[in-house]
Amino acid sequence: MTDTANSGPVLAADGRPLKASLNRALRRQKLRAMLLIAPLLIFIMITFVVPIGQMLFRSVENQIVSEVLPRTTQMLVEWDASSGEAPDNTFFAALTKDLMVAVEKKQHTRLGSRLNYETTGVSSLFRKSGRKVDDMGEGYTDQFVAFDPTWADPAFWADLMEAPSAAQALPQTTDAYNAFASTIMSEDDQDPRAEQPWHTVYLSLHQDLTADPAADFSGLPAEIAAAQAVAGGFAMDDLAAAYIDIDEDWGTVETWQTIQTYSSKFTNGYFLNAVDMQKSPDGAEWRPEDQQIYLTLFVRTMIMSMTITISCILLGYPVAWLLANLPMRQANLLMILVLLPFWTSLLVRTSAWKVLLQQQGVINDIVVWLGLVADDNRLALINNATGTIIAMTHILLPFMILPLYSVMKTIPPTYLRAAKSLGATNWTAFWRVYFPQSVPGIGAGSILVFILSIGYYITPEIVGGTKGVFISNRIAYHISSSLNWGLAAALGAILLAMVLLLYWAYDRIVGIDNVKLGG
Amino acid sequence: MTTTALKGQAIAPNLMGFTLPITAAFGAFFGLLAGQATGAGALLGIIAGAVVGAIIAYVLVTMLPYKTGRLAAIAAVGVLGLLVGGPIGLIVGVLSGAALGWCAYWVHTGRYRASMPPYATPGQVLWHNTFKFICGAILFFLIAPIVTIIPLSFNAQDFFTFTPEMLSLDPDGFSLKHYRDFFTNDDWLRPLKNSVIIAPFATIISVSLGTLAAIGLSQSHVPFRRAIMAILISPMIVPLIISATGMFFFYSQMGLFMENTFGISKSLSGYIKVILAHAALGIPFVIITVTATLVGFDHSLTRAAANMGATPTVTFFRVQMPLILPGVISGALFAFITSFDEVVVVLFVGAAAQKTLPWQMFTGLREQISPTILAVATILVIVSILLLTTVELLRRRSERLRGLSPN
Repeated sequence: MTDTANSGPVLAADGRPLKASLNRALRRQKLRAMLLIAPLLIFIMITFVVPIGQMLFRSVENQIVSEVLPRTTQMLVEWDASSGEAPDNTFFAALTKDLMVAVEKKQHTRLGSRLNYETTGVSSLFRKSGRKVDDMGEGYTDQFVAFDPTWADPAFWADLMEAPSAAQALPQTTDAYNAFASTIMSEDDQDPRAEQPWHTVYLSLHQDLTADPAADFSGLPAEIAAAQAVAGGFAMDDLAAAYIDIDEDWGTVETWQTIQTYSSKFTNGYFLNAVDMQKSPDGAEWRPEDQQIYLTLFVRTMIMSMTITISCILLGYPVAWLLANLPMRQANLLMILVLLPFWTSLLVRTSAWKVLLQQQGVINDIVVWLGLVADDNRLALINNATGTIIAMTHILLPFMILPLYSVMKTIPPTYLRAAKSLGATNWTAFWRVYFPQSVPGIGAGSILVFILSIGYYITPEIVGGTKGVFISNRIAYHISSSLNWGLAAALGAILLAMVLLLYWAYDRIVGIDNVKLGG
Repeated sequence: MTTTALKGQAIAPNLMGFTLPITAAFGAFFGLLAGQATGAGALLGIIAGAVVGAIIAYVLVTMLPYKTGRLAAIAAVGVLGLLVGGPIGLIVGVLSGAALGWCAYWVHTGRYRASMPPYATPGQVLWHNTFKFICGAILFFLIAPIVTIIPLSFNAQDFFTFTPEMLSLDPDGFSLKHYRDFFTNDDWLRPLKNSVIIAPFATIISVSLGTLAAIGLSQSHVPFRRAIMAILISPMIVPLIISATGMFFFYSQMGLFMENTFGISKSLSGYIKVILAHAALGIPFVIITVTATLVGFDHSLTRAAANMGATPTVTFFRVQMPLILPGVISGALFAFITSFDEVVVVLFVGAAAQKTLPWQMFTGLREQISPTILAVATILVIVSILLLTTVELLRRRSERLRGLSPN
């Protein structure tokens, strides 16, 4: 009997219980490993994961409508589109106030192009209205100033709005004045005390004063009460007519419905767009036949990627078999022929195919020279799906050969011989014995090639023309040309989901730790 | 009975019944091509080719030893080609002559079945050779496009195909003007300079962070190891167009932030953005190659070093680093080539001031296609051959080092 057996837990050299001591050591080891990994993890998070996340967010984000048109969207919540009638003057008053700020901040064109993705014509509607919104409500200004010139004094306005009870007594006016003051200070660097307020402020004042004829403005300067007495008799501007005069689309239900439909902060509109659907009052519906392009593109991307994968299997399998079964020296020599394309710049290989496949290119020249094809009937090998498939099969073939090779290398050649000596024919021996063992290689290579090909951009862009492009080319188009970033992000999110699904499958089949590069 | 003797016995090809017809058929194929190309007609070509093939097979096999025979075949068919088709005919003739001579000996000496066991049936031998031929064709498909652009880059014309002057080997048909254009034209030199600036910085970031993380990941107790690995590998798996889209939004804000907060110039912030983006893309390659090297690393070495009083830093630099260096360098080369070759992200993240070489090639291919691209491509092929050689040498060295360790 020793001491330790009697005194409970086993102790380490320093007198602590051994279990605690070991736990501590393990914790320290974990911590050290994490400290080594942390810098890179943080780096990847910031430079890669966050940008992707932000892109995903952008595919549902739709704040621009409610940010640029806060008052209008708020009023539209109550509006019933099924009434079949465009909103009345109060809506146009709210629109005027929103537009006035938006024009000063130059946001109305962006809003216009955002809504134009949903209903064509809205972009020009906003641009045209933006030019004229300055004059909207001018009638109220003129009438207030004609009644009492004090109303034209910027300093009077500033003092009036600073009065504590103004916000409560004149809510609309304060709101419009604050919008005016903050906008001219931030955009034009002007002092609100030196600038006469916009017409929208007078318009709001008129609204406030006429809202309730019995309202009591006793806490405010006497000018208010005086104005209240006459405001009811002012001539009203017909804002609706003025807007419809600018563009008759303002009088249609569709325009307002678009604003209403897209006024929420988040939208599934981009995703619906990305699968050829659109929002309508009765929920999601298919777009008209002639506007459906994205599903076709997705399907084409899948079909072409599959064709490329299958071509890669057909071409890669024999070569991998040869490499795995040749003596080491010869196999290494032939491996160079596989690795050189793998290491050569993508652009070099794509330009090589562009040169080879052209109408006046090397391949066409050779077949014409051999007399297989008439000179005036040259093969169309480029700017179509054929070009994309040929070039991408060539580019991705090493990604098939290398995993296949590493799997086939582990299959003992004796199995085939054993099968044959047991009476199997060549074909049976291959199909029943060798092929099943090489399936993991085919799986790994196929998923790798497929993942790489569905996201390809450069090669289809250069050799694909219009019939051979992928969904990625459409994403690039929306980013750089049409500037419909939300749609680009939604298309990207769908593509990303497909790739992650395949990635997960790859991880299950091969394991990401087993990715090998360059044999 | 030795194997050689057995093989020698197994093959005794009949000249008239075997070698002659095969070589003649081979000749007929070349004749068909020649007949089509010269416009003499397919039938005439086939007959002439078969006759030439048969004569060569007969003469070579019965009268001449191997080396002399092959030279004779080359000379004879070469002269024939020259008479029929001029200088280009000479080249084609020499090549066909070499092929026919080789074929005659290959068939007649039985080397066509040298790698097969002696009991293989003729059908198996035929399939074996057909299979080899198919593999050869696939390897040709892999390498031919890259090889073709090299001679094309010396074209004296602004064409993308072989001109008649080039085919007749006229010195006037060749020139270095596209290379001269590349090394003097600012449109190409500036992108070259940008590529040479961006790629090394991106590589340094990916390698230093990546190696540390790979060492951390190779320890025995790492919490959430699979999840961490998946995140670190993701830049390689996520399609470039999606990475580019995400980075396009985020990096433009980041650029503005850097310019406004730190007051750095627009061009510098542009470079920083592209370098960071490329570093992120290169990291998976570093992680993969370095973890693969660390799998074979014997951890008792670090313990031994610690036992003898080395601090962790000294152990890292004097024991661990030299052993995993091959993996680190090949990871660095992968990261370098990723950045050097990358177009999509730089196209979206960078401004015109950061235009890199691949970007310039891309616009060149899409818009105003200029033959200088072929000169650039040739130079890049040479660069990739150098890189491939380096990686291969490193891999061998790494295997040798690992062979020394107790594992």
